[in-house]
Amino acid sequence: MSSPPSPAPKSGRVVLAHGGGGELMNHLIRDHIVPPLANDVLNALSDGAVLPRPAGRLVFTTDTYVVTPLEFPGGDIGRLAVAGTVNDVAVMGARPQALSMGLVIEEGLPFEVLDRVMASVAATATEAGVAVVTGDTKVIERRRPADEQARAAADGLFINTAGVGTLDPAIQLGLEHIQPGDSVLVNGTIADHGLAVMSLRNGIEFDSPLCSDAAPLNGLIAGLLELGDGVRFLRDATRGGVAGVFADICDHCGLSVEIVEPRVPLSPTARHAAEMLGLDPLNVANEGKVVCVVAAEAAGDVLAAMHRHPLGRNAACIGSITAGTPALVELITRAGGRRIVQRPYGEDLPRIC
Amino acid sequence: MTGRIADLRSELADLCKRVDRRVQIMEVCGTHTVSIFRSGLRSMLPSNLRLISGPGCPVCVTAQRHIDAAIELASRPGVVVATYGDMMRVPGKLGSLEAKRAEGALIRVVNSARTALDLARREPDRPVVFLAVGFETTAPATAATVLEAERDGLQNFSVLMCHKLVVPAMLALLAGEDAAIDGFLCPGHVSVIIGSDAYQPIVSKHAKPCVVAGFEPEQILEGLRAILEQLGAGRAELGNAYRAAVTDAGNRVALELLERVFVPADAPWRALGVIPDSGLDLAAPFERFDALARFEVTLGTDEDHPECLCGEVIQGKAEPVECPSFGNACTPLEPIGPCMVSSEGTCAAWYKYNRPSATTAGPAGAKEARA
Repeated sequence: MSSPPSPAPKSGRVVLAHGGGGELMNHLIRDHIVPPLANDVLNALSDGAVLPRPAGRLVFTTDTYVVTPLEFPGGDIGRLAVAGTVNDVAVMGARPQALSMGLVIEEGLPFEVLDRVMASVAATATEAGVAVVTGDTKVIERRRPADEQARAAADGLFINTAGVGTLDPAIQLGLEHIQPGDSVLVNGTIADHGLAVMSLRNGIEFDSPLCSDAAPLNGLIAGLLELGDGVRFLRDATRGGVAGVFADICDHCGLSVEIVEPRVPLSPTARHAAEMLGLDPLNVANEGKVVCVVAAEAAGDVLAAMHRHPLGRNAACIGSITAGTPALVELITRAGGRRIVQRPYGEDLPRIC
Repeated sequence: MTGRIADLRSELADLCKRVDRRVQIMEVCGTHTVSIFRSGLRSMLPSNLRLISGPGCPVCVTAQRHIDAAIELASRPGVVVATYGDMMRVPGKLGSLEAKRAEGALIRVVNSARTALDLARREPDRPVVFLAVGFETTAPATAATVLEAERDGLQNFSVLMCHKLVVPAMLALLAGEDAAIDGFLCPGHVSVIIGSDAYQPIVSKHAKPCVVAGFEPEQILEGLRAILEQLGAGRAELGNAYRAAVTDAGNRVALELLERVFVPADAPWRALGVIPDSGLDLAAPFERFDALARFEVTLGTDEDHPECLCGEVIQGKAEPVECPSFGNACTPLEPIGPCMVSSEGTCAAWYKYNRPSATTAGPAGAKEARA
């Protein structure tokens, strides 16, 4: 780029004037935001992106990312913002085609943090094979006193992404397709993301690292959908954990879900962390896990396909759909007992002692 | 099911058969309660063995007057109240800390006393009050922060003392006329600090077996087996099925911290009333860290919801489903009593993990939770 050197203040932090629509803003966008994402559509810096018109149906989704801290083991807010929206498109059965990205930056955010996050956005978009084609940037006043802000400087960034994808008319996914006897699969260890972030917030360290599972799942999912119509329903198990997805199935289908605890993939470190924090791993957020409901006769093939993909190596069949009444989610525990599983209230809080 | 659990189950079944009457064992600790529900252990026990959940959830036993005082403190201009997350939703007379924060009060959720102290260091111009809740597990950490604040001359740090002691509460329960407790499964975490010998008064005065146990289903079953063995043989002794973590004498360093900074004091418990020497106050050299005195807040009275049976539930006299509010007016979304608020509360565990068919509140309750 031929623009003169950035007049960014020496502090190396974003200031309010970077959002003022003037020369400073130009530098913020041209030096820090566009280069990592560079693609023909975005480079035009028009008011909107022009995309080819696909045949068939479109899937369109949006999500906003406000995670604290911005960076954590296994990912950061940038990776979440791309993977989360890509996954929302993918679990609808669609192939993601393009993303938009809106940044809300709090004054005081260090450029080095912004640059790392943008590099992560770019790397994750490449991994997913989808481009960020349009965007927006705002700078807002700091929300906290300066002394506190200095400590929490890295907190000042929110990202909204929207995604559009194309949906093959032959693909029919939805809660309404779920039937008693279907199998419930998940593509790997649960609760890693939520526990990684909460452990970091609480200053808890473990011998083996606890890493977020944030990852774009569109590649894995595309492979499953190629197997035919055995896949009935997909949902990424983010906030609320896998228990939230089970509760959705139970509520909307009026069917029971029976989960076998010892079959649910959980790393020893995550199990330990959940015990320490007093949390139920079933309720803890994931950012790279999809719950799949598949016809029982297709379960073997779907599981094998998951195992072949790097993001599905620890995949498992963890339970089944039953016609049991009343409609409940029940867990057969490791100890051999039974209990029900419910959606958590708000966010589960770590316990006192 | 692991082989060990199968073995323990069959041993328990034999022992219960031999005792041949209804046996009621109280698990004192909230973490035990949750582990028992979460692992589905209740569904695996012999029919004449009943587990009752005791007053071992720190949130549940905190008196309403202390919640009201915390809210009063949070209403003072500029005062930051630092609290464990579980306390946020407990209803006081004038709403909860959660509601107060939404109105703009400076309330911060912390995960340790240390975090609260760090907050005070970082913001020397703001008074920071730490809501010191919990049993002997969390009290040593509070003591350590008070010592540190004293050493460093921190002027803006104080504590609202709500700490409670486990053994005096167990003794108070047994002193009641209708105490139907055959033995105690003693808490793991608390016993790490106080040691298994601390339960000697219960064994000596009331002839009730007291066995410390860990939190894994196997460890809980081992604790129950040890209690039933004693009952079957007509004995009442101290037992420790958690030797990996708990010693006879406890953690000397932590106990010395408690002795140095605190003195035993009469304390109000939710629904149990004031129990002599069941709480902790700051010892004289540390009185200036008392938030009540510093901000001239007077503790009021407790006016628990008339329909709420949390008091009976905490004492093991009623099961949650016997409460008319359980699952109806009182749910985790809209809790009336503290036992429904805390993740370790008996009502919350019961509501969250029990099949609706096992409750009188029925499917309506569970449905609401899922909606």
